[in-house]
Amino acid sequence: MAPELGQYALVLALVVAAVQAIVPQVGAYRRDAAWMGVAPAAARAQFLLVLFAFGCLMVSFISSDFSVVNVFENSHSLKPLIYKISGVWGNHEGSLLLWILILTLFGAAVAQFGQNLPPTLQARVLSVQAMIGVGFLSFILFTSNPFARLDPAPFEGNGLNPLLQDPALALHPPFLYLGYVGLSVAFSFAVAALIEGRVDPAWARWVRPWTLAAWCCLTAGIALGSYWAYYELGWGGWWFWDPVENASFMPWLAATALLHSSIVVEKRDALKSWTVLLAILAFSLSLLGTFIVRSGVLNSVHAFASDPTRGVFILAFLVFVVGGSLTLYAIRAPSLKGGGLFRPVSREGTLVLNNLLLSTACFTVLLGTLYPLFLDAVASEKVSVGPPYFNSVFVPLMAPLIAALAIGPMLAWKRGDLAGVMGRLKFVAALAFLTGLGMAWYAWNIMPLAVLGMALVVWLGLGVLREWAERVRLFRWDIVESWRRARGLPRASYGMSMAHMGVALMVLGITASETWQEEKQVIMRPGDVQTVSDFELTFVGAEKVPGPNYSATAGTFVVTRNGQPVTILQPESRIFSNPPMETTEAAIRSTLAGDLYTVVGEGDGLGGYAVRLYYKPLVIWIWLGALAMMIGGMISLSDRRHRIGAPARKQAGESGTHRDPGALAAAGAGD
Amino acid sequence: MSDTAKTDGQGEPEGVGAANAPVARKARTGLLIAALPIAAFVVIGWFLFRGLSLDPSEIYSVLIDKPAPTFDLAALPGKEHGFSSADLTQPVQLVNVFASWCVACRVEHPVLMELKRSGAVPIYGLNYQDQPDAAGGWLQNFGDPYDRIGSDLNGRVGIDFGVYGVPETFIVDGNGIIVRKITGPITPTILQKELLPLIAEMQK
Repeated sequence: MAPELGQYALVLALVVAAVQAIVPQVGAYRRDAAWMGVAPAAARAQFLLVLFAFGCLMVSFISSDFSVVNVFENSHSLKPLIYKISGVWGNHEGSLLLWILILTLFGAAVAQFGQNLPPTLQARVLSVQAMIGVGFLSFILFTSNPFARLDPAPFEGNGLNPLLQDPALALHPPFLYLGYVGLSVAFSFAVAALIEGRVDPAWARWVRPWTLAAWCCLTAGIALGSYWAYYELGWGGWWFWDPVENASFMPWLAATALLHSSIVVEKRDALKSWTVLLAILAFSLSLLGTFIVRSGVLNSVHAFASDPTRGVFILAFLVFVVGGSLTLYAIRAPSLKGGGLFRPVSREGTLVLNNLLLSTACFTVLLGTLYPLFLDAVASEKVSVGPPYFNSVFVPLMAPLIAALAIGPMLAWKRGDLAGVMGRLKFVAALAFLTGLGMAWYAWNIMPLAVLGMALVVWLGLGVLREWAERVRLFRWDIVESWRRARGLPRASYGMSMAHMGVALMVLGITASETWQEEKQVIMRPGDVQTVSDFELTFVGAEKVPGPNYSATAGTFVVTRNGQPVTILQPESRIFSNPPMETTEAAIRSTLAGDLYTVVGEGDGLGGYAVRLYYKPLVIWIWLGALAMMIGGMISLSDRRHRIGAPARKQAGESGTHRDPGALAAAGAGD
Repeated sequence: MSDTAKTDGQGEPEGVGAANAPVARKARTGLLIAALPIAAFVVIGWFLFRGLSLDPSEIYSVLIDKPAPTFDLAALPGKEHGFSSADLTQPVQLVNVFASWCVACRVEHPVLMELKRSGAVPIYGLNYQDQPDAAGGWLQNFGDPYDRIGSDLNGRVGIDFGVYGVPETFIVDGNGIIVRKITGPITPTILQKELLPLIAEMQK
């Protein structure tokens, strides 16, 4: 019964979405309050209907109802409950339903929290949001029905891909989708603004929290995926430049650029046209990612089973959404007037630099990801573009970005004093230079890039602290005054410092773990001892251990340092029967100083086991850095300017109107 | 639409006479710049559309129906035999290009192990641009599905085979002719639906 109800709810949701797409749009055009008023109610109804459908699918998974094709193909009665639940989104149809659920959740959130928006803007935003909903709901209903039945019902399911039976991967898609789909709000705002023909600081203030929230989730989702790859694939690698990884990274780069450029719109009323374009591009790249993952145009180990009809559908939808919005942009953007002027050396100038570098980086990732496709289409040649390309184009783009990151926040708006800022940063610069010198002596023969990496870490890390010290006048006035200022700083400022510090920590983790990693691949017999870094690992032995839905070879290492016991590590290699597959479960001793990473493989039949032992210094800081970025984003999001201050927003909106005679005329014409 | 026209009219007062031309030119430049993204998208969209009808893992090699290149490769440390083109004597055999640095090979590996256990066909390994020690460790860790392995240190033989990316698998017949090529990992589906039927066909 549940599957039929779920499907019925989806059909209803499609109808509601269609109404929500058309009626408020017409209402906004005719300035008809009743028609515009349809939007919030429809957005809430759409969300509740999809939530109900999602609940129905979840019930089918939890009760192992194998008469539903999707449950049969992706679940198994012996699976632990958490993976029965995460199995709901561990497949194409279910993950699409999750995507739609989040899309409608954001729609309902705009209806709820956007009550202080100008009515026409809110109606148009929700209408655009519903157009996206119509596309995805049709997609799921016509090509990927999650509720399709199977008759007769089998007794047992096929089981979830064992690689996906993992806590981090249970959480990875929801966060990723919150990020992807969250960008749809920025997109809808951008399209609505283009329809209205008006972009002003108030608009930027409305868009920013949504972008920020989406960005935080996207950061968390990517970091979780990367951490999963680190401990689950068993090679200690954490980023492979795989097309699917790139598909999530491109929207992140665009969203990061958008976050920064919308500040310029908000504070200085400049870069409007560019910001609108970024908002469109960020979501377009999310859609492109969906297309890449689900159409099978690119080879990837992560790709869902691909299906040509789905590919055609998503491409048609992509053309409608991206093509439509960019056409609208081409028509309307020339009439968006830039506001504040600024010198190249200014806060705005560094934000423009940030945007140039981030969007170039985004473009190079796009190029590298699609290049195999281009070449195949033009010359029928098959290539794969791997880490060497990405690493060699990425470092030269990120290094100046990080270098400028320490300077930008200290420059004044409009016209900055670079000499003054460099004067304040001279000790930081000197320390970064000394670090570079030290590294040149210490690590040049291992990895020359480490010199640059570590110098940048010191430069940015101390630069962030120096900027904070400057803001609170630390050591310049008395400490009480500094404390008062520190408490008075807006949260957005702390959020920025935190996120920028996160970048420094991440660079630290990447540089250190790449430079000083130690690795051993050996056969060990019980009693054998291997030394990695300053740890001695004694191999106790390995035994067969049955798991709930797999059988495992579990090895045991006793780890000591200078004869003192440290810990016991028990890596496993698991063999799943449904579906047949082998996974490695690395045992990792994670500390802030470094990870001891052990993997046990198959026995050689003579009592020995193949093992891999790694020591990766400071590697955990890669993800702690990402965490810091995310927390920074959340702190910034909690800034009261985003939460309350509705009157302030209104005022800003009005003053924006007065500043822009064109918009005033447009509003007047409408009345 | 009407909004824009009015905005334009108000925001940018129409110039008279000489002033008109630069304003018009500026507007045209603005429109051109604003149209760039959609132009770029049209190009990308076309490629995506073409991409749908292309299979990234489909067979493509100039060497199909041509003899396999001649080579003689050294053994990995600890292995008795290397691998040379003279070994291609069975009615049908696979030449699998792999490397320990290749993640997709790791995905493919259990399938090869299963194929090896079934004994359906000899599998030869071309260890492509790999550290021999790393490759040895890899095989010790995960099992060795290969009957013979050649270490293609500098990738020369890989180039002769026209290897684009790892893993790739060539199906070679008894005359040393390359019959098919599979780009990317052999999945259980490819194994069941394509490879095993082809092998059975060739062994008849």
